[in-house]
Order: sequence, then C-alpha cells, then structure tokens
Amino acid sequence: MDRKEILTELKKVLAPYTESKEMLDGINEDTDLIKDLKINSANLVDIIIDAEAQYNIEIDFDAAEKMYNVGNCIDVISEKINKLA
Amino acid sequence: MNDILKYLPYKSSFLFVDNISALSDDGVIGDYTLRSDAFFYEDHFPGNPVTPGVIITEIMAQIGLVVLGIHLMVSGVQEGVVMDEGSFPLLTSTNVEFFKMVLPEEKVTVTSKKQYFRFGKLKCLVEMRNADGQLVAKGVFSGIIKNAIK
Repeated sequence: MDRKEILTELKKVLAPYTESKEMLDGINEDTDLIKDLKINSANLVDIIIDAEAQYNIEIDFDAAEKMYNVGNCIDVISEKINKLA
Repeated sequence: MNDILKYLPYKSSFLFVDNISALSDDGVIGDYTLRSDAFFYEDHFPGNPVTPGVIITEIMAQIGLVVLGIHLMVSGVQEGVVMDEGSFPLLTSTNVEFFKMVLPEEKVTVTSKKQYFRFGKLKCLVEMRNADGQLVAKGVFSGIIKNAIK
C-alpha cells in the first residue's frame, strides 16, 4: 500500500472524529489532527485503535506518540504494514 | 477492596463512592447512597429534591472510571503509566441515558465493564441500578488521568 492509498483509508478512519468535513476532504501530509481537524485530543487513542483494525497492525506507545499530523500517521502506518509484508 | 478509596482525590461534598464490592482488571462494582443533606437537593428542586443528572453521571464516572482507572494504574497493568500526588482524573466523554429518577437516601449500584485501557485512556460501559435492581442510567464513559503518563 503506497502513501496515497494509506491516506485514502486514513480519511475514513478520521471521519467520525472530525466535525470539519471540508477540512477532511482537503487534508495533506502537513494537516495537524488537533489544530487543523479540531479533533478532541482524547480521541486520538480511538483513532489509533481504529487504525489498527483498518490496517491490521499494532501500534505501540512510542509510535502512537508520533501520530500528531497526517504525514506522521502515514509514516507509522506504512512502517508497520511493511514490517508485516 | 475499599483500600482503593484512599487514592480517590475527591473530598466530602464531591466524593460519590461508599463501597467497592468487586474490582478486577476488567471491571468494577461499587455503590453510593445519596445523602438527603447533599448540597444540590436544596435548589434542585426547592421542596422537591431530585438527584441531578450531572450528579448521577459523576457517581457513574467516579466508580466506573476513576476507581477502575486508579486500580489499573497502581496495579501496574499498563506499563509506562504511573500516578503521583500531582495526578488527577479528567472525564473526556460521556454518552448517558437516564431511565429512572434517583431520590434522596436511595442506594445506587454502579457496574462498569472495561472496553479498553490504552495510552492512558480508559473507556468503559457503565450501568447504574437502584436498590430494586432497576436500571437507572447507562452509558459509555471515557477518561484519562492527567499528569500520570510518562
């Protein structure tokens, strides 16, 4: 799965947690989950759990700490997916 | 089992846990009896005291989330998470439905089942029943313990 495909899937994961659908449509790798998408910081945990199910991966504490913007999320997810492959 | 209560950071008028009757890594059962002299009955409502929904919610959160959360922390289930005197619990979301009123002097029992505890966040399915075993309120609660994550 390349970064573009991961991003497409990631949008589905983020959708239930953001109120700004316009922002979600226009996200790029620099989009900050909390500042730009106005996601409740406590819900980042739920996003990580949903991402684990979506991509069939396991995200540990150190990796989770990095996932504050879209690009970092894709980094972590693509690294975990490639580990599996 | 009531040893856990010494870790609760609440005092007097805002402590809503009397007794813990079951406690494991997966859930908790506890009870609280509403005091007729509680500060909120005088004004909610004058001459017609009914326990406010926010207090019902708080009782469910203290027993269902805070007691279980502290247990998970002090028992070291979650690695890398510790709490000290500067730590305190914060509710991050609730989604509660209320089925019955609770009046002064009623004893309510709260049962909480853990959905997950990860990255310092605890999410539980919480139910409250009255002394007759009738469902009073039910909901999904989430919270974190502030200043506890390493």
